[in-house]
Amino acid sequence: MSADQRIRSGAAVAASDIRRPHGHYDEEGGASAQARVDSALRSFVLDVGAVAALRLDSCVHCGMCAEACPFYVNTGDPRYTPIHKAEPLKQAYKREAGPFALFFRIFGLKRRVTISELHEWEELLFDSCTLCGRCSLICPMGIDITALIQDARHGMAEAGLVPRALYDKASAQHRTGDALGKGREQTVRALGQIASEREVEIPIDRPDSDVMVCTTAEELNAYPDTVAAMAKILAHTGTKYTFCSRAVDGSNYGYVEGSLAWERENVTRIVDAARECGVRTVIMPEDAYAYVALRWEGTELFGEPLPFEVKHISEFMADELAAGRLRLQHAAGEAPVLLHESCHLIRRGGNDSEALLRLFEAMGLEAKRPADHGAFSRCCGGGGGVLENERADPLRYRVFEAKMREVEATGAEEVVTCCSVCRRTFDDGVKRFDWDKSVKGLTELVAEHLA
Amino acid sequence: MDLLSIARGPALKAALAIFFFGVTWRLVGIFLLRHNWQLSVGRAGTGASLQGALKSIFTFRRPRLSRPRRSPMESTADAAVAVGSRSWPHPPFVRRTLYGETIGYLYHIGLALVVIFSAPHILVLKSFFGAGWPALPTPVITIIAVLTLALLFAALMRRLGSPVLRHLSNFDDYYSWSVVTLVFATGLMAHGHVGGPYQDVLAWHILSFDLLLAWFPFGKLMHAFFLTPSRAIAGYLLKRRGAPV
Repeated sequence: MSADQRIRSGAAVAASDIRRPHGHYDEEGGASAQARVDSALRSFVLDVGAVAALRLDSCVHCGMCAEACPFYVNTGDPRYTPIHKAEPLKQAYKREAGPFALFFRIFGLKRRVTISELHEWEELLFDSCTLCGRCSLICPMGIDITALIQDARHGMAEAGLVPRALYDKASAQHRTGDALGKGREQTVRALGQIASEREVEIPIDRPDSDVMVCTTAEELNAYPDTVAAMAKILAHTGTKYTFCSRAVDGSNYGYVEGSLAWERENVTRIVDAARECGVRTVIMPEDAYAYVALRWEGTELFGEPLPFEVKHISEFMADELAAGRLRLQHAAGEAPVLLHESCHLIRRGGNDSEALLRLFEAMGLEAKRPADHGAFSRCCGGGGGVLENERADPLRYRVFEAKMREVEATGAEEVVTCCSVCRRTFDDGVKRFDWDKSVKGLTELVAEHLA
Repeated sequence: MDLLSIARGPALKAALAIFFFGVTWRLVGIFLLRHNWQLSVGRAGTGASLQGALKSIFTFRRPRLSRPRRSPMESTADAAVAVGSRSWPHPPFVRRTLYGETIGYLYHIGLALVVIFSAPHILVLKSFFGAGWPALPTPVITIIAVLTLALLFAALMRRLGSPVLRHLSNFDDYYSWSVVTLVFATGLMAHGHVGGPYQDVLAWHILSFDLLLAWFPFGKLMHAFFLTPSRAIAGYLLKRRGAPV
């Protein structure tokens, strides 16, 4: 059955499921409405530096960003126009911090942001944005709209106006260092179990290592084969590496949830662990958000350049292939696969999608790519905390329907992705739509082809 | 003092004062806000060359580049790349944005041609700067002006007709459009000697221009000043990550 038939046969998402303007928000903590507004405004104003101000002031309301946004394109709802999602931030900046703030206040040209607006924007900022960065690539004024949406999320997190499921993971990570709330011992045990069941060596807290490796709580739970694959590949390349028991979970839910304090805390935990292990390189797992949070965003929060190099696992594999340390054997008669390029890894993380293709070439495997690929790849709809946020499911499935059609058009039977968030989104979509495709992580695929 | 003298005299002086003070205030006001220095180490092998940047500015396209290290010159080139590459949508976005982009380009070009190459404007500019240049023939200017006015209305229709643009639009969008169109329409009337005595129509044309100058610093017309730095910063920040611009 084709994607279209599956969608038509009742698995499709009805428009009425998507739009529920009332009661579509969660509140964390017991702060009053006024206190929430004050916290959000304080954060908005503090977040707007010269660059953000230039971005906010540059918008000419041309509406082009909507044409790049998967949530607008697949629903036609103008509320999902990306720059519109940053409206409370803009309103606060114009009224409180902009060059003509006094003028705006005296003449009442910009109203103060209200609690009901913040409630409405919680859905726009968290349910209908994966931080995929396509809007930032289309804007003729060069506005990094995704960065503005992240700034706005910071204010929402300060106000305790974030989706419950996302907050739960971020706070679990704050409490235990693990997004699923498992303690250090349990995590170490899980690694040991993977090592023994899959007969791979997984060193933990090994002294004199050059490289520290992180996985994520989600990968450890859902994709233990990926963790084992990482271990196999690192051993194959002769890398002296270790996991560090105090920072096994490299994900950063503070980053997607918008809490700067928790984001900084997660980065600091990894930095401290890497310092303790004395490593020169930290390899981040497939989770593209974990990588970007440490490599780019977290560094700025940490307040000084990181004392080590950060590489995404796919970047590490591509570098090792180029250096001749990763030797791959050619696949014999394997069917072509579809390469789903993670938006966050390529567009926000700046990783080279051509390097991914070189891995496929070395495996002798044909990687099909959709019409829009590389820098312009279309989002699967689950990143940026949307997958965790169950109330956004109808909207997310609407975006995923488009992704299914895109995959079907290539004729590939298997989807390979370099990001575990995308993989979880695809796996969920396969179940939801009873879709006859299989999904695999790139790390596992590479491990299967080690020479 | 007649209306034309007011428009050319005190009204123009006041408008120019508001324009210069307002533009400076807004630019300085933004610049004085907090600056974040980038602490992460930029990605090696993705810096643009000056040659690539210049090519990008003239071709509107991202250059294919691979440089081993990033120098200040390369960072400057990264910034320049975005100034060029954002001048036209990347190929996957063209189909969905072609109409709006084309209208926008054409009316900006029309406005520029009429402002720079109509004989009366050249005379005014010559009185300010002491140097003039050849004017386009009157029939050509007339055709350009009529087409540009039509394009301005097409842009308004697009704004009113598109759910996204209607949702985004505020007072600034409609007022800025009105002021620009008013200047243009009164200029066309003066050019064609219609709508009343020439002196009066000219006075209204100059007064509407005064209004445009006075409004300029407060609304979206400021994009004329923001366009280059905004694109350049995007180019610098994204390309140091190795991300596409």
